[in-house]
Formats: sequence, C-alpha cells, structure tokens
Amino acid sequence: MTITIADLFLILPVLVLTGTAVLAMSAVAVGRNYPVTAFITVAGLLLAALSAVTLMPGTNQQVTPLLIVDPYSLFFAAVICLSAMFIAVLSYPYLEGLDDDREEYFLLLGVATVGAVVLVSSNHFVSALLGLETLSMSLYGMVAYTVHSQKADKYPLEASVKYLVLSAAASGFLLFGMALIYGQTGTLAFASLTDLSESSLGNGFSVVGLLLITAGLAFKLSLAPFHMWTPDVYEGAPMPATTYLATIGKAAVFVVLLRFVEISEALALAGILTVLSFLAVLSILAGNLLALLQQNVKRLLAYSSIAHMGYLLIAVVASYYVEGRVGIEAISFYLVAYIIMSLGAFGVTSMVSRSDCERDTIDDYRGLFWRQPLLAAVFTAMLLSLAGIPLTVGFIGKFYLFFAGVEAALWPLLAALIVGSGIGLYYYLRIIYRMLEPAVSPDQSTMSPELSFGSYGVVLCLSLLLLGLGIYPAPVIDLIEAISTYV
Amino acid sequence: MILVTLIAVLFVGGLACWLSERFNPDLPRLIALLTVLLDFALMFSLLGAEGTSTWVAVFEAPWISRFGISFYLAADGLSVLLLMLTAFLGVVAIGAAWDEVQERPGFFYFNLLWTLAGVVGVFTALDLFLFFFFWEVMLIPMYLIIAIWGHENKNYAAMKFFIFTQVTGMMMLVSILVLAYFHYLQLGSLSFNYHDLLNVSLTGEMGMWVMLGFFISFSTKLPSMPFHSWLPDAHSQAPTAGSVILAGVLLKTGAYGLIRFAVPLFPEASMAFAPVAMTLAAVSILYCAKVAFAQDDIKRLIAYTSVSHMGFVTLGIYAWNEQALQGAVMTMLAHGLSAAALFMLAGGLQHRIHTRNMPDMGGFWPKVPKMTAVAIFFSVAALGMPGLGNFIGEFLALIGAFQANVTLTVVAAFGLILASVYSLWVLQKVFQGEYNNRGFDDSHLTDLSRREMLYFAAMMIGLVWMGLYPQTFLSMSEPVLAQLLSESAQTLVTSLEGGL
Repeated sequence: MTITIADLFLILPVLVLTGTAVLAMSAVAVGRNYPVTAFITVAGLLLAALSAVTLMPGTNQQVTPLLIVDPYSLFFAAVICLSAMFIAVLSYPYLEGLDDDREEYFLLLGVATVGAVVLVSSNHFVSALLGLETLSMSLYGMVAYTVHSQKADKYPLEASVKYLVLSAAASGFLLFGMALIYGQTGTLAFASLTDLSESSLGNGFSVVGLLLITAGLAFKLSLAPFHMWTPDVYEGAPMPATTYLATIGKAAVFVVLLRFVEISEALALAGILTVLSFLAVLSILAGNLLALLQQNVKRLLAYSSIAHMGYLLIAVVASYYVEGRVGIEAISFYLVAYIIMSLGAFGVTSMVSRSDCERDTIDDYRGLFWRQPLLAAVFTAMLLSLAGIPLTVGFIGKFYLFFAGVEAALWPLLAALIVGSGIGLYYYLRIIYRMLEPAVSPDQSTMSPELSFGSYGVVLCLSLLLLGLGIYPAPVIDLIEAISTYV
Repeated sequence: MILVTLIAVLFVGGLACWLSERFNPDLPRLIALLTVLLDFALMFSLLGAEGTSTWVAVFEAPWISRFGISFYLAADGLSVLLLMLTAFLGVVAIGAAWDEVQERPGFFYFNLLWTLAGVVGVFTALDLFLFFFFWEVMLIPMYLIIAIWGHENKNYAAMKFFIFTQVTGMMMLVSILVLAYFHYLQLGSLSFNYHDLLNVSLTGEMGMWVMLGFFISFSTKLPSMPFHSWLPDAHSQAPTAGSVILAGVLLKTGAYGLIRFAVPLFPEASMAFAPVAMTLAAVSILYCAKVAFAQDDIKRLIAYTSVSHMGFVTLGIYAWNEQALQGAVMTMLAHGLSAAALFMLAGGLQHRIHTRNMPDMGGFWPKVPKMTAVAIFFSVAALGMPGLGNFIGEFLALIGAFQANVTLTVVAAFGLILASVYSLWVLQKVFQGEYNNRGFDDSHLTDLSRREMLYFAAMMIGLVWMGLYPQTFLSMSEPVLAQLLSESAQTLVTSLEGGL
C-alpha cells in the first residue's frame, strides 16, 4: 500500500510534531539556548493543535491500516497538543534554574506528544503499541530528567526506574494479549474481534487475550489494583513531568481504550463488563480512601486521579447498555474536564515549585490564600472542580457520568460514585482549608518570589475554561455530541 | 427578567465587595448593605405584578439543549414570600456582622452575598438542573463563612456541613436524572422543566426510591431526624451572620423543596411515605427539644430548638392539606425571624463576653435590661405565644395534621410544652438570678446599641404582624398551595382509576 500526498496531509499534526522535535534537536546541536528551544517547542505544539483543528470538519479517513483520522481523533489531538503546550510553558520557569542541560527536556516533551497523538488516532494494535511506547519511553526520560542535578529536590531515579520496570511489564501483558487475539483472528486491527465466531470464542483464548489487554491498559491508567506505582512515580518525578503523566498520559490511553472496546465490541464478551465494573468500584474506593491518608499534595492528587479513572470506567460500562452515544459523550466530556482541572491543579503546584525546591506537602500551602490570592483562588477552583461542585466544568462532567449511569441503570456503580465523591470532598476541602488558615512563619511568604508571566497566563486561561465550560457548556457538549458518532 | 436581575445584583455586589476592600476596609459592608437593600426594593415590584396564572414573573432561556435544560426562573406567591424573607434576613445578617467581622471584610461580604444569590436562585428555579445548580452554589460560600470566620472548632463543623449537604445533594441529582430519563421514556424527549416533569408518572418501587432521593436531600437541609447532626455543629461554630442566614434562610430551602418538588412530583409515593415522614417529624420535635434542654452551649441549644421547630414544618407538609401547608409556610417565615433573632442575641453575648457556656452566665438582667427584654420577647415568640407569628404557624400545622393523623399530632403537640420549658430555662439561666462573674471578662458587657435595637425592632414588628394579621401572608401563599393540592389530588385520582 502506497502513501499518497493527500494521506500525508491528513496526518499533518503528527508531522508537525515530529518536525518540531527534529528542529528543536537541530537547534540544540547548533548551540544550546534554553529560551529558543522552549519557544520552538511551544510554537510547534500550537501549530500542531491548529492544524488538527483546521482538518477537523469533514475529515474521516483511514490513513494506512494503522491510523484513523476522523473528527474524534483530531479533536483529542488538538486537546493533547494544547495541553502539552501549556505544560511546556509551565515547565519553563520550573527548569530554568536547573544545574544541568535543560534543553532536551523539550525534545522529550515533543516526542511524547507524538506518541499521544498517534495513540488517539489508532484503531490497530500496532499503532496503539507504537504510540504507547513512544509516549512511555519519553516519559521515562522526563520523569528522570533532574537525575544528574546536584540540588534536585526529589527522587527522579527511583521514580523513573519504578515506572520503567512496571510499565515494561504491563506492555508485556498487552503484547501477550494481542498475540493471543492475533492467533485467533490473523489480523491486528481492532475490528478483527468482531469476526470471531461464537465457537472460537468458546475456546477461551480471546477472552484471556482481552483480559491481558485490559490488565495492561489498566496499569497505564493506574486503575486499582494496578495502581501501586502511581503515587511513588508522581511524587518522585519533577512537577511538570508529573503533570504530563497525569493529564495527557491518562487521557490518550483512555481514548484508545474507548476506541478499542467500541470497535471490537469487546464489552459483549462474557465477563468483560464484570471485570470493568469491578475495576471501577475498586479504583473509586481505593483511590479515595487512600487519598485521605496523604500529607503530600502530589500523592494526594495521584490517588485522586486513580479515583477519577474509576469514575470514567463507569461510563465505559454504561456505553454498553445505553442506546445512542451518551456513554462515549460522557467519557469524552469528562476527559476534557479532567485534563483542564488536573492541568490547573498541577499547574499551580508547578508554579510555586522549582526543580531544587518542590512545594508538595499540604503544609506548604498554608495561608496561600492570603499570600497569593490569585493562585490560591485558581487552586481552590480546580480542587472544587475535581470534587464536582457546580460553576465548574467538573460538575458538568460528573453530571454527564451520572446521566450515563442512570440511563444504563447501573445502581451499584452510581452508589460507588456517590460514596467516592463524598469521601473525595474531605481531602479536597482539607487542602482548601489549609490555604485559608493564616500563614505560620514569615519565611513561607518568600515562597515563589518571581512568578513567571507565561505560567500565570496558562493557569488563568485554564480557570476561564473551567468556569466558562462550567456555566455555559453547550458549545462543547454539542461539539462532543457531533464527534462521538465517529467512534 | 426581574428574577435574573435579583440574582445578578447579588453576584455583582459580592464581587464589588471583594474588590472594594483594598480601597477602604469599611467599604465592603456598605456596598453589601446597599446591594441587599436594592434587591429587597426590587422584590417589591413582584408584589403588584399580576400574572395569568399563579406565576407572577417568569424568565426562560435555552441553556444546555443537549439535555433539554433551560435557564428557567419563575416566582409565585410562595417564592415571593421566601424571597422577601431572604432579603430581610440578608440585611439583618449584614447588621450582625457590621462590627463583628473585622478580618478580611471584603471576602466575608462576598461570600454572604453569594450565599444569598444561591438562595434566591433556589427559590425561583423551576428547571430541576438549575435548581440543583443553585442548591450547590449556596454551599461553598457558606462553607467558607464557617471555615474562615468561625469559632474554635470551625474546620470540623464546616467540613461536616459541606459533606452532609453535598452527599445527600448527589442523591437528589441521581433522582432528578432518573426523573428526566423517565420523561424521555414516557414522553419522548429529555426535559428538566418542572411542569414537564409533573406529567411523568413514576409508580411502585422506583417512584419510592426516586422520591427518597429528594426527601433525604431536603430533610438533611431542613433538618429532620436522623440527618440533623450537622446543624448544631455548624451553628455553634458559625459567626453570627452565618448563623442568621443558616437558620433563617438556608433551612427554609429544604422545606421549600419538599413543598415544591418532593411531594408534587411524587404524590403517590409521598402519600405512602407520609406516615413515616410524620413520625420522623414528631420524633424530631420531641427528641430535639429534649436534647436542647441538655445543652450548656447557648448556640447549640438554639440550634436544637430549630430542628424541633422545623419538625412542625415537616409535619404540616406531609399532612398535605391546606391548613397544614399554610401552617408550614407560616412556621417557616416566623421561625426565620425568631431563630435569626435568637442567634443574634447569642452571638451578641458571645461577642461581649467571649463565651457561649451558659453555666458561666447568670443574672444579666440588671446589666443589660434592653437585651433581656428583647430576649424575653423572642423566647416567648419561639415557644408559641398567641399573638405572635410562631403560634399561628404551629397552630395551623397542628390543626391540619390532626385531620391527617391524630396520634402523631397529639404526640407532636407535646413539643409546645417542651418548648416553653427550654425557652424559660434559658431566660432563667442567663438573665435571672444573682449576677456573678464566673471567669469571663465582663468589661465589654454593654447593653444593645441603637443599631442592634433597630434590627431587633424590625424583626419584632414582623412577628407581631404575622401574629395579629397573618392574612397578609396567608393570602399570598394560598393560591399556590391550593393549586399544588388540586394538582396532586388529580394525579392521585388518575392513577387510582388507572389502577382499577
């Protein structure tokens, strides 16, 4: 099969991203210049996002058997590129004082984004695995980025090695599952599973294969009981890398999971729904209960992200029962909401941190409301959104999930959602309350003396999105309703 | 449009308060007062308005068409009464905070006005999604008021308040969604519009569960046994203005929800559930009156009496006849004033002597004669003295309930006796007897100032008015309640016929 120019045009976002990485690398080869590398990356990411947006209307085409370019994949490609751009802006001041080479970080960020975009466009096991590994490989590097720094505040090596070893094991599961399915069907496209006849399903290989794939993806999504690595890696990694892992790293994998279960009709197979429901309830309970015990904001947000992935899984289960596309819409909207609020929350923690001094215990935030009212207000809004309180996009997202759950009549899962959200309130409010308390010592007031202009712009932009979509979500809901028909 | 203005004025005024703090710390309270007075004045324009039906003002605009959600506000006599109460107590609360809140006043008044905005939204929203939206919006500022300006155990109290109301709120959200989904199944489109949802017939077990989602949420806010335990903590820890709003207005949103939504949407399930609800109400009345008697903390005591009095409201609502409902509405209004006044007195005492512990007090009469007189007036009002608003409300509620359930009404009526016991007990402990200072600084124990007298006088006039000429208020809520009754009766008849 040959690739035509028209095909290349359709995968423009991926090409732009690759070009950006190459250009940034050449720039580093010519001469190290931190601002220039950062600028190239940010501009490239923005350009990729714009190209995805321009392609969106009316594009629906398979490019090679590996990639599907339709409005749905382009929408998430744009979301991912924009998020990556925000993270790049937030990373800039964080790494500025690093006593080591700083430029390659942006290369890794660009390459990781290539992986994420490939991931959301894949409807084939090969492209899914390629995207996933590109994303993960770059993330190992980002997590370990401050490893040679003398003053690094965290334990990047521990985090990176832990992530590398466990992630490789999960990829092993994933590959083995794919191999088992390939053994039954002879092709690697997601759609292949639908060709399986009842008799070949009976022999169990496909079901075992599917379960292995589920386990592999559950690890990447840090669903309980595959979540053990998450808090450690989140805590040990430099703040911007944690942000990337928590937002894009999760959303891209979720999109591919969604596409996989929709195209392959895997949910119809016996037992898969039970497994997913079990994972959802366990993640919600484990994530929320363990978050209660945390004193470290990064670990707390790590556990809360485990719970949020559990909430999302409810909609996956619901998508099997409901007629129409409500389940997919709910997932898509909640993913967008989740990206906005996680980016915002981690963005604020990144802004008050530096590579040699991370502010990640809850006590560090004591009195932030009176020292940095704007930052604290943004952080409060993000946390309330994570808790699903109205006026924020998190509420609309949760409303969507509830709606999908009610339509599918999943009462036990909804009960878990209510209980989980109730527990969640406690630890989100704990951070908010700490920010409201008077500051104890004067030395805390020196925290983050110089705040970067760009980072302020990013968190303000995110807050506007958070409130805007919380109060008037209709445009995005309509857009998501339209693109969800393509999955 | 007037309804949107009412809400918008409060939101904008709140922001102005916050921003004005940097220019002058005295500015926020002035802006807040003017904002609420403006809102109050605007509400009077609703009084003269004559609508085609019971609705005097309506505003509707599309909002989230994917789910059939619209921005639908409407007010009828019942809403207008409660809106007036809200604005009136808003002014009173600002008065209570005038000197008490010195710390970060801008942010305080911001939260106060946003709470009021949420409450106004709750009393006017007729789209259930919008209703839930405002229901939650009023929580966060109230949480902040308790958490920042509260007393010694504020974190615990604020957290408990938030988690209780939010978790039960999510149960209501699920119920609302089930209702909307059934509208889709039965009538072919998604809608959260109140009038549309009235046509949905949810019967049997499903109807009962969905109704319970509403009931639990509303009776947590009300509060009724067994969901009341957040209230004493929240009240005792909240600053005075917070208590005034909480007792006077926020609790009434629960009662309003029961009258407007829980019973009319599920007449059958509610009728089946009424004996249970009325039993809970009677237990609330007696149990909380008894518990109130055992309190040393004066604010906790008043909080428990609130729960006890709100029991009459639940009793009246679930009796579901005209007299009982009129009684419930009157009790809401009268209790709003009397409880707010009592909390202001308790807050005033705490502000002066820095304790709420009653065993430390005693013999204040000669020291603060005006305050004593005011306290006697409002205690007597709270215990249901004829001639004052509370009597009318509780009397009507009991008459109505008697027609529905004799046994429970007789039991609940004993609450009136217990009310006299604890009200007089408080007066005796705090104001009568020998004055002896038991370990507090009484240098600031001064009598009521003119400003304070003004607020109390306004509330006294309100209560006397309600007691002597309740017709003013009854005739406003009468058509609304009559319509609710006839609609639910119709639904019951149709479903009975369907059953036969």
